[in-house]
Amino acid sequence: MIRELAFQAAQMLVVLALSPLLTGFVRKVKARLLRRQGPPLLQPYLDLIRLMRKDVVLANNASWLFRAIPYIVFAGTWVAASLVPTFRSGLVFSWSADLIAIIALLGSARFFLALAGLDVGTSFGGIGSSREVMIASLAEPAMLMIVFTLALVAGSTQLSTMAAYMASSEVGLRVSLGLALIALIMVAIAENARIPIDNPATHLELTMVHEAMVLEYSGRHLALIELSAALKLLLYVSLVGCVFTPWGIATSGAGLQAVAAGVIAYLAKLTAGGLLLALFETAIAKMRVFRVPAFLGAALMLALLATLLRFVSGSF
Amino acid sequence: MVVYMLYGVATLVVLAPVAIALGALRRSIGAVSSVVYGVSLIVTLMLSTIALLSLFEHSQAISVTILPLGLPWLGAHFRIDALAAFFLVVVNLGGAAASLFALGYGRHDDSPGRVLPFYPAYLAAMNLVVMADDAFSFLVSWEFMSLTSWALVVSHHQVRENLRAGYIYLLMASFGTLALLLSFGLLAGSSGNYAFDAIRATHASGGLAAMVLILVLVGAGSKAGLVPLHAWLPLAHPAAPSHVSALMSGVMTKVAVYGFVRIVFDLLGAPAWWWSMPVLAIAGVTTVMGVLYALMEHDLKRLLAYHTVENIGIIFIGLGLALAFKAHGMALAAALALTAALFHVFNHSVFKSLLFFGAGAVLNATGERDMEHLGGLIHRMPQTAFVFLVGCVAISALPPLNGFVSEWLTFQAILLSPQLPSWGLKFLVPAVGALLALSAALAAACFVKAFGVSFLGRARTPAAAQAKETDSNSLAAMYFLAALCLVAGILPGYFIDALAPVTKSLVGFSMPHQAGVEWLSIVPIAESRSSYNGLLVFVFVVLSGSIAAFTIHRFASDKLRRAPAWDCGYPDPSTATQYTASSFAQPIRRVYGTAVFLAREIGEMPPPGATSPARLTVELRDLIWDAAYAPLAAAIDYAAEKLNYLQFLTIRRYLSLVFAALVLLLLVLAIWQ
Repeated sequence: MIRELAFQAAQMLVVLALSPLLTGFVRKVKARLLRRQGPPLLQPYLDLIRLMRKDVVLANNASWLFRAIPYIVFAGTWVAASLVPTFRSGLVFSWSADLIAIIALLGSARFFLALAGLDVGTSFGGIGSSREVMIASLAEPAMLMIVFTLALVAGSTQLSTMAAYMASSEVGLRVSLGLALIALIMVAIAENARIPIDNPATHLELTMVHEAMVLEYSGRHLALIELSAALKLLLYVSLVGCVFTPWGIATSGAGLQAVAAGVIAYLAKLTAGGLLLALFETAIAKMRVFRVPAFLGAALMLALLATLLRFVSGSF
Repeated sequence: MVVYMLYGVATLVVLAPVAIALGALRRSIGAVSSVVYGVSLIVTLMLSTIALLSLFEHSQAISVTILPLGLPWLGAHFRIDALAAFFLVVVNLGGAAASLFALGYGRHDDSPGRVLPFYPAYLAAMNLVVMADDAFSFLVSWEFMSLTSWALVVSHHQVRENLRAGYIYLLMASFGTLALLLSFGLLAGSSGNYAFDAIRATHASGGLAAMVLILVLVGAGSKAGLVPLHAWLPLAHPAAPSHVSALMSGVMTKVAVYGFVRIVFDLLGAPAWWWSMPVLAIAGVTTVMGVLYALMEHDLKRLLAYHTVENIGIIFIGLGLALAFKAHGMALAAALALTAALFHVFNHSVFKSLLFFGAGAVLNATGERDMEHLGGLIHRMPQTAFVFLVGCVAISALPPLNGFVSEWLTFQAILLSPQLPSWGLKFLVPAVGALLALSAALAAACFVKAFGVSFLGRARTPAAAQAKETDSNSLAAMYFLAALCLVAGILPGYFIDALAPVTKSLVGFSMPHQAGVEWLSIVPIAESRSSYNGLLVFVFVVLSGSIAAFTIHRFASDKLRRAPAWDCGYPDPSTATQYTASSFAQPIRRVYGTAVFLAREIGEMPPPGATSPARLTVELRDLIWDAAYAPLAAAIDYAAEKLNYLQFLTIRRYLSLVFAALVLLLLVLAIWQ
């Protein structure tokens, strides 16, 4: 039992410790692809420490909710990220939330963040919030349809069971899984406010969504929100890794050697995910905000098609 | 049991004339309102205790009483089985919360004399509908419920809008009752035995059962607010005083759901394979339409009323799935879907009442229902803001509160449906699942708007800037419901177990016992398949949030300075530069509204140099009203206009008309034979 709890704690700490590194890695690769030197790999950590040590400058009319929200958002995202299998599946508390609940937990975090955008009563906060919920209103159903497809293939909404099933030989190549993978990547890009939906590196641009919403935050509050964003990116990369490339994840009964292999496999998946994301972001241009519904609508239709195929026949 | 319940109901019925008498004796209106709401509170609390007892302890026992009222050869049958007991809990718990809220809120009413007599009668009527065990008492109680609630809707009849709402409500209510009357007529058949026992014993055959199903869907659906029969609901619910709005939205729509479940699952016999299809299709459309209407709305109470339409859709999705599973002999899946629907019935009654109370408190404090005139209330009414936020999170189906659990169960039921053999359902169910997922995301958007625009930001009017926190009775009622939202969210296992006797009696099976599951999680089918533990998620979120707060404050920095808002360097002191409800909904209006409401934005820009203001007008059309209601109303108007001619004839013409009619009827009779 102690051992199991230790693994769960290790998972929570690993996702927390690795997430800024993944963000830094993506930035570095993007910079190198543009023939820039780019910030050091560890820059996100330094940024977080700098922000945490600064005073919070709070708008005069910010309410108690505005001050509580960074902690709520961080806690929700952290818990969600800890529930996705990374290097080892079947952790002690893995059954406390299935994939639907993990998605909903991220939804809770977004709900509060959108409220924070409205709290101070500025026009930038409002524009960010209203666009964020518009994007979410398409991304969330698409994600749920992806979950349906995966659940119907694996016969479970439990991520550990899903990963075990996907690693077994009975899966094979399936049309529905291919559609779900494409849709999942599209949703992940939108959810993490990456190019072409949103640009994490811009400020002061009318197309920005996430950055406009958190414009009034500073100091430790901003640090927590940036850390949550990094955790969310890590969560989606882990999710794709755990469902579509479930190789190397140690099972619950495995020894330390398997766990070490799991850690190496996980790091390799993160590296590959980060590389692909950076490549994709460099190759594509940012969309106008009202092109986003078409992009996400396509994701929704793909995911719905995948689910329909699963309903029609078990062999797709 | 049923006898005690009837005593309670009788007390409520007697309370109505007592209220009139006390009013006539010129007692101070505050004292009368305390008496009425106080007694209602005590009685509904007792009734909900009795109902809970009959749900838990005598779960299998059925209690019956026949009173010598109503039709002489029939009497009035009353009966409490597991289904009735569950709905009685919902009705009386909602009633108790509303009475407690009204103890404070009712004092501010400007014409309490029009509300007080009808309020206890309305509570009594809803109890009677659920307890009725023959068609006659059911319909009489149903009509009584409609009429008392109509009286409450038009209690503030000085406002023209309320009169119109009352008129449309009355029309739709009579139409619904007519449909139910016909369905009971078909069920009772030529023998004309209206007792439910007799109806249960005979099984309606194919075509007859189909007609009954459609009529019930119309009758109960119009009361519950299924699209396209929802038109009266967003007009009537907000027109009533807020505690009555809460009862109408939170409780009366559930009585309508009860009517549907009672007739379709209990009286009508084994379902045919296609019954679930119209139910599912209408329910799916209802969920999405309800939430889209709500998103376009900036009247706080009307937004909540439209949201009731959405939640009724979610409940009917569960019911439709249960029908499909039941028809194909998948008893466990049927039990899961029915549990999801009934759990959502309970959850919605709790958080919708809470939200209407919050809207009532805001209305009381500011005199405003229009969100565009609110803002910044979190500073002036922090406690109301907190409980309203709890309600918003719960209704948006976000963990760890209760709304999420019932939607999660519905999703789990949908995931079992590929095993259904029927092809139509194979296409319909995933589509309905997508609509449900869409509505869940839109609901979150809608409540970010509702809470964000009314409670956050800066006050848009002086009334909002000077609002005062509401009274302690109202707050107590809201805290009670908010606590229920949390408890049902983190300990759903007990609630699911409480529903077991209901599903057992209706689909012959119940979900596995949940109370014994480790760590109090819920496992609908098997742990390897799906499980959810609201308690652990809640504890984890609270713990990690607190740890983060403690660590940062202890080791990094806990300093805080106040300064003007940053707003990218362009802060504007005018509160009009904030996002409003309409501007918040603009992206969503652009994405969905152009198709659903034919939304158009017309911008008028004055020519350069002109001093007239620029204008932006947004046009939305309610296509359902335009396509269904408006032509119907026009046709009736036209017919009435033409028939008006008959009122002004001479006596000779009337006599010749009567003679002609007589001859015609005799001719028909002669040819018939």
